[in-house]
Amino acid sequence: MAPYSHPYIPNSLPEIDEMMREIGIKTIDELYIDVPDIYRLKKTLNLPESHSELEVKQHVEKLLSKNKTCKDISVFLGAGCWPHYVPAVVKAIIQRGELLTSYTPYQPEISQGMLQILFEYQSMICELTEMEVANCSMYDWASALGEAARMAVRVTHRNKILIPKIIHPDRKAILRTYTEPVGITIQEVNYETGTGQIDLQDLRAKISEKAAAVYIENPSYLGFIETNMEEIEKEAHEKGALFIVGVDPTSLGVLKPPGEYGADIVVGEGQPLGNPMNYGGPLLGIFACRGDLHLIRQLPGRVIGMTTTVDGSQKAFCMALQTREQHIRREKATSNICSNESLCAVAAAVYLALLGPEGFRELSEIIMLRANYAIQLLSEIEGLHVPVFDSIHFKEFTVNFDSVNLTVNKVHRRLLEHGIHGGKDISKEFPELGETALYCITEVHSKEEIDRLATILEKIVREK
Amino acid sequence: MTRRFKQASWNEPVVFELGNAKRRGFTFPKVDGEIYRKVGEVNQLLPAKIRRKNLPRLPRLSEVEVVRHYTRLSQMNYGVDLGFYPLGSCTMKYNPKLNETLAEHPGITMLHPNQDEETVQGILEILYTLERWLAEITGTHEVCLQPAAGAHGEFLGALIMRAYHQLNGDGEKRSELIVPDSAHGTNPASGTMAGFKIVVIPSDNEGCVDLNALKEAVSERTAGFMLTNPNTLGIFEKNIKEIADTVHSAGGILYYDGANLNPILGKVRPGDMGFDIVHINIHKTFGTPHGGGGPGAGPVGVSKQLAKFLPVPRVVFDGKRYRLDYNRPHSIGKIQCFYGNVAVLLKAYAYILSLGAKGLEKTAEISVLNANYLMKKLRNITGLSLPYDENKPRKHECVFSVEKLEKQTGISALHVAKRLLDYGFHAPTIYFPLIVKEALMIEPTESFEKETLDEFAEILKEIVKEAYENPEKLRNAPKNTAVPRVDEVKASHPRTMMLSWKMYKRKNGETRNNY
Repeated sequence: MAPYSHPYIPNSLPEIDEMMREIGIKTIDELYIDVPDIYRLKKTLNLPESHSELEVKQHVEKLLSKNKTCKDISVFLGAGCWPHYVPAVVKAIIQRGELLTSYTPYQPEISQGMLQILFEYQSMICELTEMEVANCSMYDWASALGEAARMAVRVTHRNKILIPKIIHPDRKAILRTYTEPVGITIQEVNYETGTGQIDLQDLRAKISEKAAAVYIENPSYLGFIETNMEEIEKEAHEKGALFIVGVDPTSLGVLKPPGEYGADIVVGEGQPLGNPMNYGGPLLGIFACRGDLHLIRQLPGRVIGMTTTVDGSQKAFCMALQTREQHIRREKATSNICSNESLCAVAAAVYLALLGPEGFRELSEIIMLRANYAIQLLSEIEGLHVPVFDSIHFKEFTVNFDSVNLTVNKVHRRLLEHGIHGGKDISKEFPELGETALYCITEVHSKEEIDRLATILEKIVREK
Repeated sequence: MTRRFKQASWNEPVVFELGNAKRRGFTFPKVDGEIYRKVGEVNQLLPAKIRRKNLPRLPRLSEVEVVRHYTRLSQMNYGVDLGFYPLGSCTMKYNPKLNETLAEHPGITMLHPNQDEETVQGILEILYTLERWLAEITGTHEVCLQPAAGAHGEFLGALIMRAYHQLNGDGEKRSELIVPDSAHGTNPASGTMAGFKIVVIPSDNEGCVDLNALKEAVSERTAGFMLTNPNTLGIFEKNIKEIADTVHSAGGILYYDGANLNPILGKVRPGDMGFDIVHINIHKTFGTPHGGGGPGAGPVGVSKQLAKFLPVPRVVFDGKRYRLDYNRPHSIGKIQCFYGNVAVLLKAYAYILSLGAKGLEKTAEISVLNANYLMKKLRNITGLSLPYDENKPRKHECVFSVEKLEKQTGISALHVAKRLLDYGFHAPTIYFPLIVKEALMIEPTESFEKETLDEFAEILKEIVKEAYENPEKLRNAPKNTAVPRVDEVKASHPRTMMLSWKMYKRKNGETRNNY
């Protein structure tokens, strides 16, 4: 027994002795007698020694301070994880110990708070997307897409998924990770060269009775808005395929919700709704579907339902349709997901309740206005091609440097000298677009910050 | 002094029923006039066919109403900060407050995952170091921090098995994944997701892997075997060497489900026992909060021969700078867009630093002491039985059966669980593992002191007494929670289920109001 006491471990010597007496042992080691001696660790783990709270705090803060954050420099990155403001109320609520330190609400009577909040989260996602059912979270957009593809295959008994050629390459890779082991084929649909919009002719050529689903993102990975959603929906449904739509929810204050143009499943990234970037995680996978029983029965993940108490006296909440899940259905479950991103969903619920309908529309409008202001300003710089595609953009857009003979990397290095972190380099992801970067503007980027970006970019281009 | 419990019961309306038309909970900075002059209005930018016509039907609340609504709801929820939470297999231990403070530092919250490596050296150092520490703790060669949860780690593990056999030209043939009948439900579910056929083997009469059944199950079709050790009965698989040899000599991979890692920290390492792949539940063993279901993190450690299959990117260090390495030709690819649940991982880093090597070992010891002490205290309660070898020490948890009580009084594990809630304790895991009838799976962890364990034992004794003397009272439990027994059948019946406010409105014949 290590003669050692730590604030996280209450039992110490007098009780430990009493407890050992009660059990009838002399050393704690006796509780490990069934561990074969050959495997017993004969050394102390090669780890740091114990540290006091103050020491841990100072050490970790010192390391974190080495990072240059969006507070230190102007960062114009998006691409799947976006800088948005997190209201103080959101932080305060998710730090409530009753919510923070609770487990999955298996015992509904003592977990009504978490259950009701998750129900409200699901309901607000349904309002944003105009779908009727949402689960209470997936890991992130990419895993939600992987699960959506598998769900479409279960629903249609077909095994091909059509996806746009313009998609986050990592999201595409994860989709493959989720689908390839069970023999699902992924096929890419081309885009129109000038606009980036889905090439409807190519879609018609590729879709057939083998297609389980057509997946489209709106806005697209490169930030432009896909305007032919109704036409795409028609193609998908005519061939009996499901229509899956991927969204950045912050666009839904101004963009038509997927439920209004016939989406069967909606996936997306909920991180922008009250969750910080945290160097890419945790994120919040949105998953919603139409209120059709054939779909609901195949839904992956946990879903909370509103019900009543057994005596019928009052409303109550609990997990619903658990027979789809792994702890009941095991190898026949709709998914293996157990732990999800509940607390991020709580943050999203509080965030949406704070904003309300008008606030939410305002969020979308501010983002779109500022991003389009940046597009205008940057496109006025001689030699820059902004954006690459002649389409309407929401919060992200492409900047091409081919005409000024600069690489994205070189521009990036120069910008960094000025305390600016430019957009994501996508020249390797989409070589056909040349030296192109993906910039992101949200409500956190002030006009002054955008103006400064334009000024410095112009200087770099002129001085190259 | 006896503590009494009465949970707040606010009958809090659903958020959509609160507020009124003019209230606002948040305002944004104004958009400059010059931006409008340059860009115009959003309606001019967006063609009608793709424009949203009606506002989303979100509630309209002031900031103070939002705070009160969610604070009230929080009072109708139970967490480890409030009391004993002996949910077996879930390791509901204390979540240090310091770690929450650290995770609010802008040096993590305001860091974008695509930032230049030069600007994120601090966080990369933390991730790199944490990988090394977890490799040391689990006795594995390399650790990947990316999986977002335990089941996500299992999925990754199964994909690595698949990649390994494929590289050996055995991919087609090795299609079976073996799991014991006492396994967590995620094991078979994760195996299926990775395309494997699941083969279930029975436990022996000691509650451990039936070696003969395992020997019969393995073949040239075996991809691997997933095992929890200590298992879900809290019993250490003492034949682990024979198990590992059997799986390995059949050409299979041995997978360690890390849900029960807590009791063996610093005592015995999965890698040393022959496990080739190990997942770790950060939110169990390393004290990060469960947040009502997540986010957690499920890092995966692997042996040297399997390291090349780990997902990209890998964090590497050249002695001066940390870098993200994507050049891994044998990698299974991607399972996460970025690098995992970094905010959760940061808390684990601080947890390990706080406890240190000796503190982690003490964590294991006290968690085992607490479980065995509680087991001893509960063993003499009439109506309760301890299936499988009564004289064998348990590790982190013990599993009792109330089968006898149920036969004699009609009071089941569910009734006992509900009655425990009335005393301000969370219930144990019930009806799991599946090999124990009327199971109460109790995991006290190291975070609770003897007094709490004594109190729990007393109350469980009281409840059993009540079952024999006044079973009706038990049937009506719980009474002290925010609501009495919830109708879970109604929640799942197609006619009555209400999965969103929108569905509720439709089923009640309410049409869209004008937003």
